[in-house]
Amino acid sequence: MKKALVSLVLAVCMLVSVLSFAGCSDNTEDTVTLNVYNWGEYIDLDTLEMFTEQTGIEVNYTTYASNEEMYAKIVSGAASYDVVVPSEYMIAKMIDEGLLAEIHTDKLENYSLIGDEYKGLSYDPEEKYSVPYTWGTVVIVYNTKYVDEEDVKDQSINLLWNEKYAGKILMFDNPRDAFALSLIKLGYSLNSTNPDEWQEAAEELRNQKDILQAYVMDQIFDKMISEEAYIAPYYAGDAIVMMEENEDLAAYVPVEGANMFFDSMCILKTSEHKEEAEKFIDFMCSTEIAVMNAEEVWYAIPQLEAYELLEPEQKDDPMVYPPQEVLDRCEVFVNLPQDIMQLQSKLWISLKTEY
Amino acid sequence: MGKTVTVGNKKVMLAPFSSWMVVFVFIPMALVVYFAFTDGDSFTLSNLQYIYTYRHTLWLSVELAFIATAICLVLAYPIAYILSRASERIQRNATLIVMLPMWMNFLVRTYAWMTLLENNGIINSALRGLAGLFGSEFDGFAMVNNRGAIVLGMVYNFLPYMILPIYTALTKIDNSLIEAARDLGSGGFQVLKRVIFPLSIPGIISGITMVFIPSLSTFIISRILGGSKDFLIGDLIEDFFLGNSGVVNYNIGAALSLVLMIMIFIATFFMNHFDKEAKTTAGGTI
Repeated sequence: MKKALVSLVLAVCMLVSVLSFAGCSDNTEDTVTLNVYNWGEYIDLDTLEMFTEQTGIEVNYTTYASNEEMYAKIVSGAASYDVVVPSEYMIAKMIDEGLLAEIHTDKLENYSLIGDEYKGLSYDPEEKYSVPYTWGTVVIVYNTKYVDEEDVKDQSINLLWNEKYAGKILMFDNPRDAFALSLIKLGYSLNSTNPDEWQEAAEELRNQKDILQAYVMDQIFDKMISEEAYIAPYYAGDAIVMMEENEDLAAYVPVEGANMFFDSMCILKTSEHKEEAEKFIDFMCSTEIAVMNAEEVWYAIPQLEAYELLEPEQKDDPMVYPPQEVLDRCEVFVNLPQDIMQLQSKLWISLKTEY
Repeated sequence: MGKTVTVGNKKVMLAPFSSWMVVFVFIPMALVVYFAFTDGDSFTLSNLQYIYTYRHTLWLSVELAFIATAICLVLAYPIAYILSRASERIQRNATLIVMLPMWMNFLVRTYAWMTLLENNGIINSALRGLAGLFGSEFDGFAMVNNRGAIVLGMVYNFLPYMILPIYTALTKIDNSLIEAARDLGSGGFQVLKRVIFPLSIPGIISGITMVFIPSLSTFIISRILGGSKDFLIGDLIEDFFLGNSGVVNYNIGAALSLVLMIMIFIATFFMNHFDKEAKTTAGGTI
């Protein structure tokens, strides 16, 4: 009978473990737990504890590496989140699909501290669904030790296609960012809805594939810092982190233009704690917290009072806060129509499957 | 085998395992089939056309998995043979060494290879230092971000799965059979070819299955060691399920998974068939 007992215990254990998964969505507890889903390395974690101390609301903080990953997880319904921080084109898509809840910005004490130039942008024109968290541009990072000054003199995007550095160039391993660079190189809008322009851009990427070392995302840090690769495009804030680790690295916003991005805090329609979620967003917009986060992640912040309090070396860094003439050359992603998304997916997969 | 002794209630004892199998094996497999043959909600065969569209990727995966399996076999057989003939103490320690890397996480091991193989990696740096001693320049070998590196990753990660079954099969061979062959006048090579090798076929078969299948379906090795340049079938399936390319499509992803599942079933069936044949022809005397 001993074995029967053991198997019974095992069965009970399994049942309990299955039930405890179900317990994730439990909302009958006394203390409210907010599920916050943000980009990796994108916050000063101390701010979360401070929030709990001040409000008594617990925070369950998890991270993702790409907008698409976040979107897939939310659509699959595998987990329920309250606050997410998508980029602008993803916000537009999520608004279209009715995934986001309206935010009562009039109730947020600190909303007025956010610069007007960051509000009501094309992805959320009525400023109903999102509160800006950070912004930045894509830059081209290069190693001054190996890349000739002559080749970077014109600060061109063509550096990414320069055959002289074959095998030493890295590229974004996600289609939206990669196609943006390719479209800009051709002189097209990165929000092009012309299929012919996308085909041309795909051709450019195919030509570039032969001289690439690899398609990477987070591995870029290692490879650029250890000088395994010499040239790579990446997001401004992360580029600065790399430049701190290796003094020979430099970066510029390409003259042809670049993608300018806004990551904003949103509340999901399925959230059961919308009020608490608004409290969280308001807290993140407060001057003290915005300064802490800006100092941690080095992306540009839209909170003006906090911006004034930053150290000059951060405030005046043209990579973090590029001058207006640079920003004029930049473009913000919009949500692409479904047929272009299908085309993008098809072209990207054929880039990776045809040889 | 002898008499079967019943302890407790069989059904109760099987309950944890069978509920595990239903929840985590049969239901997911049924879902794959369901998604592969539907399009949103109605029945369709159109997802299957993508098998043709991505035939090059499928072929590349089969090709690399095949090469990796062949290399594993060539490396593993002599090791397993030497091991099986060694003293018991050596056998114990050596099998431990074979299994040691498997205690570490798969991802960590694969990342480790990246730092080994890179142009500024440990191997090239060491060679460069060596060349420097003789006063010559050395650019370094291009060892990573190519298909060779993918195969290397597969061989390294799955080699123990080839060594262990062959080793087990070889240790099971009755020594008196070898002695008998010797008595009947067989030379060393004859014994290997006509006695030891046929008797170790079951081990080889399970080794091949255990290396070929994970190699065929791997999706992270190609990204880490292959520079994410060419998708393998596993990468493609992941892409459709997560929508990394911008479009989530469970149906195409499931159709491709189905092909993978069928290929694995065929491989297993084929291998089992071989296995039986080997047992009836060579093992018939035991």
